[in-house]
Amino acid sequence: MSVEYVFEMKDITKAFGRNVVLDGVSISIRPGEVRALMGENGAGKSTLVKILGGIFSADSGTVFMDGQEAVIRNVDDARRYGVSFIHQEITNVPEMTIAENIFLGREPKNHFKMVDYRKMKQEAQIALDELGLMLDAGMLIRGLSVAQQQMIEIARAVNEGAKILILDEPTASLSHSETENLFAQIERLKNAGVAMIYISHRMEETFNVCDSVTVLRDGKFIGTRNTNETTENELISMMVGREFNNIYGNKRVVGGAVIMEVKNLTTKKVSNISFTLKKGEILGFSGLVGAGRTELALALFGIDSIQSGEVWMEGEKLSITKPRDAISAGIALVPEERKEQGLFLEHSIGTNLTFQVLSEFINHLRVDRKKETEIVDEFKQKLSIKMASTEQLAGELSGGNQQKIVISKWLAAKPKVLILDEPTRGIDVGAKAEIYKLMHTLAGEGVSIIMISSELPEIINNSSRIAIMREGCLAGVLDQQETEISQETIMSYAVGGEHSVC
Amino acid sequence: MLNRKNQAETPQLKAPSLWVINPFFIWLKRNMAAMIALVFLCIVLSISTDTFLVKNNLFSVLRQVCVNCFIAFGITCVLICGGIDLSVGSVVAAAGVIAVRCGNAGLPLIVCILIPLMFGAVIGFFNGFVISHTTLPAFIVTLSTQIIVRGISYILTGGQPAQSNNEVFNNMGVGSVFGIPIPVVFVIGAFIILYFIMNRTSFGRHVYATGGNKEAARYAGVDTKWIQVRVFVISGVMAALAGIVLAARLYSGQPSVGEGFERDAIAASVLGGTSFNGGIGTLGGTMVGVLIIGVLNNGMNLLKINSYWQFVVKGIVILGAVYVDYLKKRGSLKK
Repeated sequence: MSVEYVFEMKDITKAFGRNVVLDGVSISIRPGEVRALMGENGAGKSTLVKILGGIFSADSGTVFMDGQEAVIRNVDDARRYGVSFIHQEITNVPEMTIAENIFLGREPKNHFKMVDYRKMKQEAQIALDELGLMLDAGMLIRGLSVAQQQMIEIARAVNEGAKILILDEPTASLSHSETENLFAQIERLKNAGVAMIYISHRMEETFNVCDSVTVLRDGKFIGTRNTNETTENELISMMVGREFNNIYGNKRVVGGAVIMEVKNLTTKKVSNISFTLKKGEILGFSGLVGAGRTELALALFGIDSIQSGEVWMEGEKLSITKPRDAISAGIALVPEERKEQGLFLEHSIGTNLTFQVLSEFINHLRVDRKKETEIVDEFKQKLSIKMASTEQLAGELSGGNQQKIVISKWLAAKPKVLILDEPTRGIDVGAKAEIYKLMHTLAGEGVSIIMISSELPEIINNSSRIAIMREGCLAGVLDQQETEISQETIMSYAVGGEHSVC
Repeated sequence: MLNRKNQAETPQLKAPSLWVINPFFIWLKRNMAAMIALVFLCIVLSISTDTFLVKNNLFSVLRQVCVNCFIAFGITCVLICGGIDLSVGSVVAAAGVIAVRCGNAGLPLIVCILIPLMFGAVIGFFNGFVISHTTLPAFIVTLSTQIIVRGISYILTGGQPAQSNNEVFNNMGVGSVFGIPIPVVFVIGAFIILYFIMNRTSFGRHVYATGGNKEAARYAGVDTKWIQVRVFVISGVMAALAGIVLAARLYSGQPSVGEGFERDAIAASVLGGTSFNGGIGTLGGTMVGVLIIGVLNNGMNLLKINSYWQFVVKGIVILGAVYVDYLKKRGSLKK
């Protein structure tokens, strides 16, 4: 056993009940290597890193740390071997200071066995300064941005002397500049010899940040490639197990007559937005996180109140003060936070899917179960939703199928305008392709779609036109029915470059 | 859970079993533990005493559980909607006092019932309106109304119990129709009405939705504030109904009655599978929960268990039952 690897995991197998999630997976990483872990949802990525982090224990297989066989039974064991986990959801305690959070669970003690606050604060401050954070260690966590909190978690990992850092979708809720900063820190840690496992669904990041990629599929090891020797398409083929040329592959649709017009819309968060939406087109909304795209959608849907401006639909002026108004005008919103805003996780698929069309089968104190099942079956087939029965709980489905339920819920109400806010966030490649295809089918049927997305390739490859927002106003609308707009052009609008009108 | 997983893999091969697709069987499965507990309790009492399985005793159990049943139905709706209502005990007392006052004034029976029900509705509306429009915690708001309404019932009577001398009114608590105690008839009526409201109307689905995920309900166009208000009105009305029936049974409106009634009602709901986090629960389950508590009380009296110890036993039973339920739920989520 050589010590060229920081750690090696050999033939790891793990099953939950009869469901085998990891089947003889081996992985080994050198010091200072950044390894991407990719695969569709349910491929076993999270389970693998959770075994390394001591959250789960493997059924069989061995782990070597610095060439020595290691036993990791719990999080404490893992920590002792220098494994640190940066979770997707931030796990700081908001009412405690930064220093207290960094030293949570391993507070420095003085001679009287009391917590040594001075030492704690000093060391925390050093850790913060090293990461170039302009923060005081005595500040409360409450009020810090997600990016800052994430940096504090990294500071904690560094302070613990982490040798292996696991990053689980770290950029999921970061803006562009915050992401850049995170990448700079990853580079710095890498030079300091810290090995990292990087889980992300975003291809671009993988190629930017990582040295190598390991792909898992259905709990099996598929292969490891160096990032400079592989291509995006090769990785996708490895992930889905078949040849994959282009997950977009849809011809961009050209819109018809104008169906909706927004004039000088202003709310607390967005100002003076004017644009038109054509029948059967896909209008992409791009921009940095916090540019006001979601807030615009919320205003159109009646959740954020409109201060001034007008919304016209098919020649009629709408007065939208609550979601009901928007719904009866034919506007539907598939919200950004699928689980929090889109679904009743503990209720059945049937209840979720038919929520907007209750009056079609609940009448005069009678529930027409047959009709309800028919509605569910219709969308089950149309969107190829994988489910056991109508009564299965929505929370038991995978992310992709959950998203299909949310979309079906609105399609059942036959909307004229469908707003999709980050429709493919956290969804695996296969389901992404299906959702793109569905969007184009719908547009072909005459539904007008507003798609908000932070992924530039997604915007460029699907939209008929692209609207770019910046700091609450509309920086420009680009038509790409003839020529494709480059990512650089969109970014220059988004950051307020020369073309930008605001 | 295992058979559900198999179906996910081979959906076409086997028709899914009734336990997975039929709402009644799903309800049965969810409340299996409580049902078994109830049956077990009855069997044990039938064997260990010869006074339990007697018509008179069983009828008196039914009569006794009625009050808790009304309150628990209301509380169940509120819990499903994601709230809690601590004011019910006081509403029971105030409604009883008002009903007796109306009866003594010689008003027709229907008016004696409607006026206290109106009072319950007003208190419920107040609770719901304040909770939904200020987003203050339901616990705090209804705790305050509990104290306020208790005060009102003392003010109405000057602190003294109000004796009822209206025979028709009193008959409601102790009389029978076709051999069935009148309060039981009322319970069945209330159950049917609420069952239809909660299961056969859009409003019912919206209540479950609001409790299951308020944010998602709002995004789906549900007026969650108005839903909350209406649910608290239901709870207030049910508590008032309990108060009327109780006053009729006691021949008097007592301002001090109903102290701690919310405890038994919440316990019954939770025993019957209602989730404290909202979104989950059934009236049928609550009925089972009410019967468990009622039979337990009756059984402990028959077995001549010291009444101080009865509290201890009841608390342990509730804790145990809820823990079993929790284990079951955790098991099903883990897969």
